[in-house]
Amino acid sequence: MIAPSSAPTSLRSPTLGVFPELYNSSDSEWALRVFSQTCYNRAFEMQVADAAKKGRIRIPVYLSAGQEHIPAVLAEILGPINIFAQHRAHSYYLSFGGDPGKLIDELLSRKTGCAQGRGGSASIHDPKIGLWGHSGHMGDQVPICVGYALAAKKTCLTVVGDASGEEDYALAAMGFAATKKLPILFVCEDNDRSILTPVSVRRSWSLATLAESFGMRGLEITDDPWLIAHHLRELKGQLPAYLNIHTCRALWHAGSGCDGPPEWDRHELTRGTLDRLGLKARRESIEQETATEVDALWKQHLSLP
Amino acid sequence: MKLTVAQTIREASRSLLLNERGLLFGQCVTAVGWIGGTVPELTEAEGIIELPMADVAGAGMTVGAALSGRPCIYIIRYQGFMWYNAAPLLNYAAKSKDMWGVPCPLLVRSIAMEGAIGPVASAAHHSMVMRMPGMPVIAPMTPGEWLSAWNWWRSHDDPVYLSEHRRSFTVDYEMPDDLRSGSRITLIGISASRLNALEAQKILAESGIICDMLHCVWLKPFVAGEAMRASLAKTKLGLVIDSDFETAAAGRSIAYELMHETGVPVHALGLEERSAGFSPEADNPSPTPERIVAKVLALLNRPQSPTR
Repeated sequence: MIAPSSAPTSLRSPTLGVFPELYNSSDSEWALRVFSQTCYNRAFEMQVADAAKKGRIRIPVYLSAGQEHIPAVLAEILGPINIFAQHRAHSYYLSFGGDPGKLIDELLSRKTGCAQGRGGSASIHDPKIGLWGHSGHMGDQVPICVGYALAAKKTCLTVVGDASGEEDYALAAMGFAATKKLPILFVCEDNDRSILTPVSVRRSWSLATLAESFGMRGLEITDDPWLIAHHLRELKGQLPAYLNIHTCRALWHAGSGCDGPPEWDRHELTRGTLDRLGLKARRESIEQETATEVDALWKQHLSLP
Repeated sequence: MKLTVAQTIREASRSLLLNERGLLFGQCVTAVGWIGGTVPELTEAEGIIELPMADVAGAGMTVGAALSGRPCIYIIRYQGFMWYNAAPLLNYAAKSKDMWGVPCPLLVRSIAMEGAIGPVASAAHHSMVMRMPGMPVIAPMTPGEWLSAWNWWRSHDDPVYLSEHRRSFTVDYEMPDDLRSGSRITLIGISASRLNALEAQKILAESGIICDMLHCVWLKPFVAGEAMRASLAKTKLGLVIDSDFETAAAGRSIAYELMHETGVPVHALGLEERSAGFSPEADNPSPTPERIVAKVLALLNRPQSPTR
C-alpha cells in the first residue's frame, strides 16, 4: 500500500502517493495524449451539462467531470480491454474509443444511440470497444466482470465508486477473483460521496486494505495522471489488483448542478504540471482544438431532428 | 431402463460440460449427494465451479460467465434463496437482450423443497421470476418435461428459469393429461402440487367425483393448450394448484388468463398465507391431497361465477 490504512478521510489529498521523481521521466507525447483525451472528455461533459440545463437532454445524466482524466490514463496504459463500468461512464466510453456521436444520440434518446436510446446516460454499452452495459444496480458490474473473466479467460477492467465498492456482492466477487487469480483490474473512482454522504460517515475501513486482505495488491493513491500511470504499468502484470484513486466530482451525483468548489481541481493541477514541463503552448492548443471539435459535433447532432 | 429426472439432468449436464465447453456454477455442488444426484461427478477443470457462500455475487458471476457465450448452468439449491439471487438474474440476465441486444443464455436450476426445512428454504418461488420480463419460467416434473425444457434452452438464446422440485428427482414416468368422461372440475397442477393433485383425483373418484387432471409445465409464457380449453368447456369449473403462494402468484395469474380465455371460473390454491415452521404442525407444504379435496368439495357445493 502507498498509504497506511488509517481513517479514510486522512487520505483525501491531491498529493497522496506523489513522489518528486514522478515527472522526471515523463514522456511528453504520452502526457499530451492523455491530456488531449481528458480535454475531450471534459468538453463533452460540459456540453452534456449545458444540453441538460437547456432541456435538450431529458433523462438523468451522470457526469464524470472532475474525474475524466482517470479513464484517459487507463485507456492509454491498458489498451483494448473488457470494461465493466457503471453510471458516470461517459469518459470510459470516449477514452476507450467509443463513437462520440452515438453517445450524443444516446443521451438525446435516439435509436441511433450506442444503446439504441435504451441505455441513457447510466447504461451505455459498446461491444466494439468491449464496454459492457450496466443494469443500474450499483456494483453489480463487479461480479459480472468476475464471471466473464473466469469464463472468457480475458483481461478485464471493472470500475466502482467509493459507494458501489461497498456492496456486499462486489466485495464477495473481489474475493473470488483473488481466490481464482483472475486477470482483473479493479478501479475505484473514490470521490468521497455516496450521493452526498462522505466515506467517513459510512465506514471505518478501506477498500484497498480489504483487497490486500483478499490476497491481491491494493493501492490507495490520489488522481494525478502521472501517478496513476506509474502504478498501472506495474499492476497490469500483477492482476488481480485493486487501485483506489481519490478524486473529486465536479458536478452533482446526477444532473448538471454543482456541489460547490471541489477539494482540488485536478484539471487545473494538470495544466500546471504540463506548463512546468515546458508544454504550455501545446497544452493551450489542445484545449482550444478539442473544445472546438466537441462543440461542432454537438451542434451537428443537436441540429438533427 | 427408464431414467429418473435426476439421471436425466445429470447426463444432459455431463454432455454440456464435456462436449460443449459448458460451465456449472453453484454452492456446495460437489458435497455429499451432488445435489440429489443431478450433477455429474466432474472437476473444476471439467467445468464445475464451486462458488463462495455469497448468493448475490454468485448469481452475478454466473451471469457474467454466460455473457461470454459459454453455456452456463446455475444451481440454486433451495428455491427460497432466490430472494437473494434474483437481483442479477432478473435485472441483468433477463434484461440484457432487450437493453443491449446481448443474449445471456443462462439456465437457472432453482430447486424447490419441502418438509421440515423451515421458513426460508421451503417451497417453490417461481412467481417472483414470472413478474419480470425476459426469462421464461418452466416447472418440469418428469424426465420428458425436463428434457423438453433443456432442449428449448439449448435452441434459444434466452435465460431460462427452471423451477425444479426435489420430489421430481425420483420420477421416472410421464404424466399425461387425464380427461375423463363425466368430470365436474378441471384440476391444473403446477410443480410438486401435481403429485398431490393426482392423489386428490383418486380420493375424489372414490367418492364419485370425477375430475380432469391437467399438467402445467410452462408457467411463462403461459399458453392454454387445447386440452385445457376443452376440459374447461366441459367441466365449467377449474382449479389451479401450485407449490408457491397464492397472492400475486403463478396460480392466480394462470387462473386469470384461463378465465379470460374461456369465460369459465377458475380458482387457485397454493401455499397457506403464513411462514413455514420446522415441525410437521407448522410446516407449509404444497397443497396436500386433503386440502385439494376440501377445496374441490367447497367449489362444487357453491354457486360459481367468473366474477365471484
